[in-house]
Amino acid sequence: MAQLDSRIPAGPLAEKWRRHKTEIKLVNPANKRKYEIIVVGAGLAGASAAATLAELGYKVKSFVFHDSPRRAHSIAAQGGINAAKNYQNDGDSVHRLFYDTLKGGDYRSREANVHRLAEVSVNIIDQCVAQGVPFAREYGGLLANRSFGGAQVSRTFYARGQTGQQLLLGAYSALSRMIGAGGVEMHTNSEMLDLVVIDGHAKGIVVRNLLTGAIETYAADAVILATGGYGNVFNLSTYARGSNVTASWRAYKRGACFANPCYTQIHPTCIPVSGDYQSKLTLMSESLRNDGRIWAPKKKEDAKKDPNSIPEADRDYYLERMYPSFGNLAPRDIASRAAKRVCDEGRGVGETGLGVYLDFADAIKRLGEAGVRERYGNLFDIYHEITAESAYQVPMRIFPAVHYTMGGLWVDYNLMSNVPGLFVLGEANFSDHGANRLGASALMQGLADGYFVIPYTIGDYLAGQKPGSRPSVDAPEFKAAAENIRGMTERFLQIKGKEPVSHYHKRLGKILWEHCGMARTRATLTEALKLIPALREEFWANVKVPGSADTLNQSLEQAGRVADFLELGELLCLDALTREESCGGHFREEYQYPDGECKRDDVNFAHVAAWEFQGAGKAPLRNIEPLNYEFTKMSVRNYK
Amino acid sequence: MNLAGRIFGSSIGRKVIMAITGVILTGFVIGHLVGNLQIFAEPDHINGYGAFLHQLGPLLWVARIVLIASAVLHIWAATVLTMENHAARDVKYGVKHTLRATLSSRLMRVSGVVVLAFLIYHLAHFTLGFTQAATFKESLPLYTLGTDFKVAGFITVRAGTPTFDVYNMVVLGFQKPVVSLFYIIAVGLLSLHLLHGADSMFQTMGWRSEKWAGGLRKIVVLFCLVYFVGNLAIPGAVLLGKLQPHEPARAAATR
Amino acid sequence: MVAENSTQPISVTLRVWRQAGPAAPGKFVDYPATNVSPHMSFLELLDVVNDGLTLKGEEPIAFAHDCREGICGTCSCTINGKPHGPGHGVATCQIYMRAFSDGDVIIVEPFRARAFPLVKDLVVDRSAFDQIIQAGGFISVRTGAAPDANSIPVPKGDADLAMDAAACIGCGACVAACKNASAMLFVAAKVSQLGLLPQGQPERDSRVLAMVGTMDALGFGNCTNQYECSAACPKAISHDFIARMNRDYLKASVRASFKPAASSATGGA
Repeated sequence: MAQLDSRIPAGPLAEKWRRHKTEIKLVNPANKRKYEIIVVGAGLAGASAAATLAELGYKVKSFVFHDSPRRAHSIAAQGGINAAKNYQNDGDSVHRLFYDTLKGGDYRSREANVHRLAEVSVNIIDQCVAQGVPFAREYGGLLANRSFGGAQVSRTFYARGQTGQQLLLGAYSALSRMIGAGGVEMHTNSEMLDLVVIDGHAKGIVVRNLLTGAIETYAADAVILATGGYGNVFNLSTYARGSNVTASWRAYKRGACFANPCYTQIHPTCIPVSGDYQSKLTLMSESLRNDGRIWAPKKKEDAKKDPNSIPEADRDYYLERMYPSFGNLAPRDIASRAAKRVCDEGRGVGETGLGVYLDFADAIKRLGEAGVRERYGNLFDIYHEITAESAYQVPMRIFPAVHYTMGGLWVDYNLMSNVPGLFVLGEANFSDHGANRLGASALMQGLADGYFVIPYTIGDYLAGQKPGSRPSVDAPEFKAAAENIRGMTERFLQIKGKEPVSHYHKRLGKILWEHCGMARTRATLTEALKLIPALREEFWANVKVPGSADTLNQSLEQAGRVADFLELGELLCLDALTREESCGGHFREEYQYPDGECKRDDVNFAHVAAWEFQGAGKAPLRNIEPLNYEFTKMSVRNYK
Repeated sequence: MNLAGRIFGSSIGRKVIMAITGVILTGFVIGHLVGNLQIFAEPDHINGYGAFLHQLGPLLWVARIVLIASAVLHIWAATVLTMENHAARDVKYGVKHTLRATLSSRLMRVSGVVVLAFLIYHLAHFTLGFTQAATFKESLPLYTLGTDFKVAGFITVRAGTPTFDVYNMVVLGFQKPVVSLFYIIAVGLLSLHLLHGADSMFQTMGWRSEKWAGGLRKIVVLFCLVYFVGNLAIPGAVLLGKLQPHEPARAAATR
Repeated sequence: MVAENSTQPISVTLRVWRQAGPAAPGKFVDYPATNVSPHMSFLELLDVVNDGLTLKGEEPIAFAHDCREGICGTCSCTINGKPHGPGHGVATCQIYMRAFSDGDVIIVEPFRARAFPLVKDLVVDRSAFDQIIQAGGFISVRTGAAPDANSIPVPKGDADLAMDAAACIGCGACVAACKNASAMLFVAAKVSQLGLLPQGQPERDSRVLAMVGTMDALGFGNCTNQYECSAACPKAISHDFIARMNRDYLKASVRASFKPAASSATGGA
């Protein structure tokens, strides 16, 4: 049974982080260069961590499976980043951001972590501006803000519809500076395939060089995973095609606990699916909900009609109707479920009946077409490219899609997993968003972890590790791990079955979307828990991976990732089944209020479920970390 | 690295060399054309002008050295850049479409080489007398200036001064259609060269932006058109018989 | 082009560059694709073709891709002689089959440049771009050392222009489109983004000199002001930034040669 000590510092909520920083152990500057740190992933969290740790003097090795550290999927975040700057003088504060985030997460995140996140949010904006991130500005030259779901203040900073790109390029430039200065050794096209644990501590990784196929081992004093979320377990999602769970999953199989895998975020405003060849769902930024109005026909028979021909009286602006105070800016999980409900009632629009309208007619009346174009032009262009429809003339069709995963590897307040020396940052960990993430908070968390948390907290671990005590890659654990990976690679190539990898990924995704998607029940989950192991067995017997192991082989890469998804999918359903309540992104139909809202069970489920691997074929162990709310009262989330 | 290293050793520096030498050479061809257009006036004008230029002595050589240096640097930079450009794409595309590059920009190398060839011929023809020696200015009877040649109001060459008969040399030279044709093709290509070159100069020096690129383009096109028409006028007028050799009677009988 | 809203499936032939490795010989190979929905993306068609090849026991076509929404800059095909294919201001992943007609032969090649050596089939190595950024494409600011964000006002016009330049996704289409395989647009975009902002001023000169120097050393060609780069750019980044960089480079070269250098001694007990 894993020891889950959250190590939340004592003291008043607002004092915890400050006090913790003064109390944790430090590594002296001359000793820092004696420590090597591996950082896997170079999205917002990974790049910012690698750059900052190198600035501090640590020797950093950075690994990405991409061809460049600038490609991670953080780059696709459109809308913005939250920070409690209160530049708008609308009453924002660290406490309000903390509270909104905690409430948005449906009281399933750690109070202390969320407060720290809100505290450092202001430093992030300062840091990014100093790096040259071109945030939107007002005419006076000061920073502009917009509002986002789940908040009643304007605290979101943005760079057109490309905020994630600009923040990532900022972190990438900081990382590049340290690569140029020799502080970071960069390994591109290198996919982490195993974690090496020696005497209970994470001390290295095994990677496959994706260009040459070489299996390589690297040792370090500590390992940081910043490898993103696992939403691609659903196959169709707004994630990049390459996004995967492999690094986290292999760490899980080496003993790191996987927390709350069932917390998956379904984003309400994505472009609906058009065919079974589809590889990707495209998000339309939540910022559109600032000016767009979501509706569906009141009558089923209107669903196939030209939307412009449906009179006002026959339209159901259901978010405005159900949540008058937040209206179209209701949090993502709520907006998504509402769309699903409308479609389940047969009022869904478009060819498949899986869609609702996001209408800008009123905004165009108010702002003029040029005004709308200025705010959302690039999004309207994207929509047009994909659907060949002009949203200036007909309402956009949108439908929810998998977008983010709140669950991830369990970490303590220092962002260290239960495997000492293994740290997990950004979307890959579970800590800050609870059961649902608010818009513009992912960027905030990734950068908070990388720039402002790990640089302090990793010292607390390293100070306890003697400089130079790092094992050599000749240690038997490294050899065994590399051998194991070589064997796995060989196994894929030897199956020589009848279906391509994509076939299994699609089927897995379909099972999860239908059985463990926006709404889950005991029956669907029980069913999925039968279907997934069967599919996994079929995969290992019948998948066809062409080519060889000693060259660029994208099918082989994909096979490894899908194999892990096939295992994760089962854990996800198991977690969803055992969490007998509804909260945030996890909606169990059995647990709802008469109006369809989530019914939490704070008596029995106000805890983190951290799953511990027990060996292949054995049921994983469900560890619990209770969530103690010292300062906030858990209440029913209400956006009405 | 010092300034010379940065200018001669970098891609942008070499482009700047192209631009600056291009400006000098463009200035020359403009002056040259303006001088030549005096052929449409009395022979006194162009012959007096020729005598004036010869009178400049060392100054003429300074100008010549600057021009030769510019031409050499222009050609050197073009050659080095071209070689690097070829090397930069070692494997060619199977299919490659031009997206917006103008015809003139794509003909820079061809137009440049033809203009260079023409320049050599032109110098051999009118400056050194290697071709058409019979009608070279030194073979023709000397010309006695009928009126004072003035520059900016100052008399620079007095009436009665014997000068080379540039007027007749040009007219007689262009009476050969082949010579005129080569000349017309060359100045046509030179105009095309200037079309991209002049526009490009502003970009290379960092003075061009989309805000006024349209206006700049119009000015450049107009300039090149005027330049071409101006140059076309001389052989054109000769071929059409509008310009005839002047009466030998007005030339000095002996030299 | 198929009518915008047509859902009639089409048939096309993909003529794809196949090359097993950097040193292996390459050639075009034809792959017919039938019953292609016009709503399918070009990369999805490659997925389908690849699944077909896998089932036939042939090696699938290696192609670079990731986000499939035009922002990560990974995808990099030259389609019918144009980097990122038909369409304006989009990446390869944003090309939909409705851009093609029934019966089309679609020629697919990698981005070609000496500085982008071929890895396999349609995949090339663009790490040269990273090297240019590492040479100076940043503002040296240590984490935690930044002043309050609003203490540095930036005129809206400058911020917007910087954002125009910053939109670069680092895909390399500019290099691929340029007849000289020049990286000027890529470098100019980064130089301009940082040079337009007050935060970027302290390193403005050293940045442009270092980045251009690295660009030259990596074997990219030179700019001939044809503006093919900006025409191919999936983010439609303007070649105005190249003019701006030229000016910056000249100024910086002059200043670097004449400005007195401070002694670099750092005293202190």
